[in-house]
Amino acid sequence: MEKRLEINKLSFYRRKIVNSVMLSLSLLAAVITIIPLILIFYYTISKGITYLNLDFFIHMPKPVGEPGSGMANAIVGTLILIGIGGAIGIPVGILTGTYLSEFGNNKFGFLVRFLTDVLSGIPSIVVGVVAYTIVVIPMRHFSALAGGIALAILMIPTITRTTEEMIRLVPHSFREAGLALGIQKWKTTLLIVLRTAWKGIATGILLGLSRAAGETAPLLFTALGNRFWSTSVFQPMASLTVYIYNYATAPFEDWNKQAWTAALVLILIISIFSLIFRIITRSKYKV
Amino acid sequence: MLNSNIEDAQNIPALKDSENEPDNKSFIQRIFGKSNVGDFIFEKLTLLFAVLVLLLVVLMAYQMYVNSQLSISKFGWHFLFSSTWDPVTEVYGALPVIYGTVVSSILALLIAVPLGIGVAVFLSEIAPGWLEKPLSFLTELLAGIPSVVYGLWGIFVLVPWLRDSIEPYLSDHFGKLPFFQGAPYGFGMLAAALILSVMVLPIISSISRDILRSVPFTLREAAFGIGATKWEVTKLVLSNARSGLLGAIMLGLGRAIGETMAVTMVIGNRPIISPSLFDPSYTMASVLANEFTEATSDMYLSALIELALVLFIITIIINIFAQLLVWSMNRKWKKG
Repeated sequence: MEKRLEINKLSFYRRKIVNSVMLSLSLLAAVITIIPLILIFYYTISKGITYLNLDFFIHMPKPVGEPGSGMANAIVGTLILIGIGGAIGIPVGILTGTYLSEFGNNKFGFLVRFLTDVLSGIPSIVVGVVAYTIVVIPMRHFSALAGGIALAILMIPTITRTTEEMIRLVPHSFREAGLALGIQKWKTTLLIVLRTAWKGIATGILLGLSRAAGETAPLLFTALGNRFWSTSVFQPMASLTVYIYNYATAPFEDWNKQAWTAALVLILIISIFSLIFRIITRSKYKV
Repeated sequence: MLNSNIEDAQNIPALKDSENEPDNKSFIQRIFGKSNVGDFIFEKLTLLFAVLVLLLVVLMAYQMYVNSQLSISKFGWHFLFSSTWDPVTEVYGALPVIYGTVVSSILALLIAVPLGIGVAVFLSEIAPGWLEKPLSFLTELLAGIPSVVYGLWGIFVLVPWLRDSIEPYLSDHFGKLPFFQGAPYGFGMLAAALILSVMVLPIISSISRDILRSVPFTLREAAFGIGATKWEVTKLVLSNARSGLLGAIMLGLGRAIGETMAVTMVIGNRPIISPSLFDPSYTMASVLANEFTEATSDMYLSALIELALVLFIITIIINIFAQLLVWSMNRKWKKG
C-alpha cells in the first residue's frame, strides 16, 4: 500500500514536471515568433530613417550618388496601381460575397466558396504570369493596367470571404424586419444587411488593399517599373515594392539605403491606410 | 424558405393593389413573369460575379496552358525530369528548380511547424485574455509585412549574420556532414529556408489557433475532471485536431512553395542540385521573378510560362487538400 502511494507520488511529480516543461516550451515558441518581427521593424526604422525627408516624397529618382533623390513617382504609382486593383477587385469581391451569403447555400455556392479559398493560395507570381498573358501579350507592351488587374485578382479572395462572413453575422431578424416593412429583398440586402455589415467589409477591403500595396512579384512583368513620371494606365508604372527590389539588389550603397527608406515609406502607407479606414468606419456606423 | 413565404404573401390578391389597378405589371415584369424584378436582377447580378470568380480560375489555367504550348510540345514530360536549364541552347529542364523549391519549403516547415503549433497552443490554451489579443495581433502583423521587405532584411541583416557567424560555426563543428560543406557565402539554401520559415509561421499559427479553438470545451472539461494536467489536456486537444492541423501545415507549405521575392533575394539563384545548405539554389518562383523580363525568344518565354503552370498545379493540389482538411475539421464539431 505504501509502495503504491510512493509510485503514484512519483508519477504525479513527473507529470507535473512534463506539464511545466511543455507549457514553457510553448511560451518560448511565442517569444521566438516575436523576435523576427522586432528585428525587422527595428532595422527598417533605424536604417530607413536616414533618407526619410521631404525630398523623398516630392523628388524623382536621380542617378547614383546625386543628393536629393526621391521616389515621388513610385509612391504615386503604388497608389494608382492599388486604385486600379481596388476598382476591379472591390465590386467583384463584394458582389460575390453577397451571393455566397444570401443565395449560396447550394452546391454551386459551395464550389465558388471552395475555389475562392483555393484562389487565395495561388502564388502571386503565377497571377503575374496570367496577367502578362491576358494583358501584356495582346497590348504588346507592359502597362499599369496589367499590374492593376493582377492586384485585383489577388484582392478578390480576401474581400469575397470577408464580405460573406460579415454578412452572415448580421442577425436574421434584421432581414425579417426589412421584409416585414414590405421592402423588396434586394433593397433589404443592400440598404440594411450590407450597411450593417459595412464595418467588417471595410476591414476586408483594407486587408486586400494593404496586401496589394505590398505585392512585388505580380508587378515585375506587368507594371514593370518606370524611372520617369507617368500616370497613364497604358504605360509602365513605377511602384515602391519594385523599387525596393531593384535598389536592394543593386551594387550601390546609396541605392541600398534608399531601399530601406522605401520600405519604411511602404509600411507607413500601409499603416496610414488602416488608420484612415478605422477612423471612417468608427465614426459613421456604430453598431 | 423565407423568400418563398414573402413571394406567397405578395401573390395573395388582398395584399396587392391589383384590384384597384388591374394592369400595373410593368413591361419587364411581364417578360420575366416575376413580381419582383429588382430581386431577380439582383440575384442574377451577384450570381454573375460568382460565376466570374469561378471562370477566373479556369481562365488562369487555360491561359498558361495555351501560352506554354511551344515548350510543352517540344519537351513533353522531359521538362520536369531534365536538369539542364540553359537559355543559350534553348534546352529547358525544371528538375533543379523543382528540387530547390521542394527542399527550401520542407526545411522552412521543419522550423515553422513546431514553432507555429507551439504559438497556437500558447494562444488558445494557455495565454490569459489580456496577453492573447496583443500577441495574436503581433503574429498577424508579421503576416502583413511585404515579402520584399523580408527580402531586404534578408540581404542586409540575415545573410551577413549567416556568413560571418552561423555558417562558419556549423562548418567547423559539423563540417563532415554533407549539409554543411562548401564556402559560407551567406546567400543560399539556409538563408532561404530561414526567411521562409519566418514568413509561413504566422499562417500556420493563426490557422492552427482557430482550429484548436474549434475543439469543444466539454472535451477539455472532461479531461480536467479526471485530473489531467494542462499539458495532458492539450495533448488530447491536439490529437483531436490532427486533421485540421495537417491542413494548416499544408497551407503553410503552399505559401512557402509560391513565395517569391524574399527567396529570390537571398537564395543565390543558381540552378544546381547540391545537398549542402550553404550552396546557392533556385526555386520555380524565383526563376520567374528573375528571368521573365529577360526572356528574349518565344521558346524561353513559353518554358517560363510552363514553369508557372507547374507551380500553379502544385499549389492548387496542395491547397485543395489543405482546405478540405480544414473545412472537414470545422464541420466535424459544428455538426456534433
